[in-house]
Amino acid sequence: MSENEPLLSVQNMEKHFPVTKGLFKRQVGAVKAVDGISFDVFKGETLGLVGESGCGKSTTGRLVTRLLEPTAGKVVFEGQDITHMAQGKLRPLRRDMQMIFQDPYSSLNPRHTVGTIVGAPFRIQGVETEHGIKKAVQDLLGLVGLNPEHYNRYPHEFSGGQRQRIGIARTLALKPKLIIADEPVSALDVSIQAQVVNLLEDLQNELDLTYVVIAHDLSVVRHISDRVAVMYLGKIVEIADRKRLYDSPMHPYTNALLSAVPVPDPKSRKERERIRLTGDVPSPLNPPPACRFHTRCWKAQEICKQVEPPLEELASGHRVACHFPENAPQQAVQTPATAG
Amino acid sequence: MSSFLEVKDLKIHFPTDDGLVKSVDGLTFSLERGKTLGIVGESGSGKSVTSLGILGLHKGRGANISGEIWLDGEELVGASQEHVRGLRGKKMAMIFQDPLSSMHPFYTVGDQIIEAYRIHHKVSKAVAKKHAIDMLGRVGIPEPQRRVDSYPHEFSGGMRQRAMIAMALSCDPELLIADEPTTALDVTVQAQILDLMRDLQREFNSALIIITHDLGVVAELSDDILVMYGGKCVEYGTADDIFYRPEHPYTWGLLGSMPRLDREPTERLLPIKGSPPSLINVPPGCAFHPRCPYADKTGGKDRTEVPALLETEGGHLVRCHLDRAERRALWDNEIKPALETQ
Repeated sequence: MSENEPLLSVQNMEKHFPVTKGLFKRQVGAVKAVDGISFDVFKGETLGLVGESGCGKSTTGRLVTRLLEPTAGKVVFEGQDITHMAQGKLRPLRRDMQMIFQDPYSSLNPRHTVGTIVGAPFRIQGVETEHGIKKAVQDLLGLVGLNPEHYNRYPHEFSGGQRQRIGIARTLALKPKLIIADEPVSALDVSIQAQVVNLLEDLQNELDLTYVVIAHDLSVVRHISDRVAVMYLGKIVEIADRKRLYDSPMHPYTNALLSAVPVPDPKSRKERERIRLTGDVPSPLNPPPACRFHTRCWKAQEICKQVEPPLEELASGHRVACHFPENAPQQAVQTPATAG
Repeated sequence: MSSFLEVKDLKIHFPTDDGLVKSVDGLTFSLERGKTLGIVGESGSGKSVTSLGILGLHKGRGANISGEIWLDGEELVGASQEHVRGLRGKKMAMIFQDPLSSMHPFYTVGDQIIEAYRIHHKVSKAVAKKHAIDMLGRVGIPEPQRRVDSYPHEFSGGMRQRAMIAMALSCDPELLIADEPTTALDVTVQAQILDLMRDLQREFNSALIIITHDLGVVAELSDDILVMYGGKCVEYGTADDIFYRPEHPYTWGLLGSMPRLDREPTERLLPIKGSPPSLINVPPGCAFHPRCPYADKTGGKDRTEVPALLETEGGHLVRCHLDRAERRALWDNEIKPALETQ
């Protein structure tokens, strides 16, 4: 296995949604949902993508799977540039790249049986299965922990957790290499969340899958990911392996996010020092200039309003976009010379 | 009368075509002024129905309600709708989960606060508006003079939730019920709202009930915690009881299902098998028995007998057939080590 060749490589990807006005749909602005992000995903790993609502994490997932067309930048999958590949050529590729959706209620057609839903990928892709589609579907149902005899039932007969399993079975049908999971557990009850998280991990070990998990829940992301990227207003502000990111986060935003998570330990509420961020995330229609976090950052200085901090590698595998990172190795702390 | 709020054997049943839905089935608890009770449970455990029941919002909707609710010496279950309506807003108020759908989109935020205030206070519109601006400022909305004339859609999610809290607090209620107040919010905004609720509660010395599925949120705010399952309370105790000495297998399961940021990451989560029961078909005996890993230790009682909610020590109540020594041993020797190290 070539460890150094990324399975998926995203380079300076942008997605701007035009905002139009008037009879002639004159473009008056753009929502910069994703504004120049780059990351690699290696075979067998799980990359977590976290951020608050509106940070562009779901758009990123849709761009990578080409459900949306990027405005600029490149998406490379298995060494092949798929950024502007035609739909017809894209279809065989979709076998290798699948998505798990957030809402198990709206992502399954209520008028189709489980067998039809899970068997759809075979029919669409024209894949021949050894013992017929029915057998293949039943195997998949067994794989995700459902009863294969439920083949003829409809989605409404299942609970939320079971529906999410049906969605996962459909995702796995064509043995994809890369799975993008967009908030795979956030619509589920706590006890069911844990079941699905464990299932995703088991499947990864069993089938050698690569995941990109998009979620807003920092504890779930930490549990499931090998590396984590934190997004804020369409940019990646910090990316590192899990341990580094959670133990010694460098970006103030990451610090604030982590300290805001309520901890199920009544004693810690007195001891814990919490970073209070004021205000809300600014609108991506009009993001603040330079460092986008400067309006809420307690460390912000003049330079943060004028110069955009590049995403720099400050420690091995730990990249941060900040002028004044925390927990940083010595040489990086000095003020950048290019101020003003 | 001892406590400020006393709920005794509250039952809220809904007759439907498919059968009787026992959403709340014999709930008893009490709450003092200045204290916070957290009600935890999964969807369909009856926690939201309980809160609506206390506010009297089930009356005349085909619900069978029995039991007693005593608020500051007044009984509410038997009281007339008009009487309860007079208490709502002034004596007790509610913060709902989704502020976008619980505010009227046609009226400005200010109008909605003014309406609530003027129902209970005979004041002019101008005075009420001043009060609304004052409330919005208190919950941390910037430029309240200007924002009072905004519509709900012009607010962000966090601001809407603040406006909701302002509305709920506008008449200084003595009992405040918050139903999943932060579930729809981002984590940094959630932290702001939780801080706000804590500060305001201290200021108003009100009794607060917070209903949520998130054990983290409960740990941040609650003095006492009530764990609900299948319409019944399965465990009740102080926050320390529930987090450091829990005795019900369901509570253990909830704790094991949560990945935690304050500990080293574990290899695997310890989920509860199966899924929560439908309230039409609550399993006989102990409602949790089909999912309970220790059900076979009860000698068959789990399927036939509903366990009683018994005190183990100092107000810590548990509804479980296992005897106390056994539960203690399981927690100390099996569950606690598994949660901490795995």
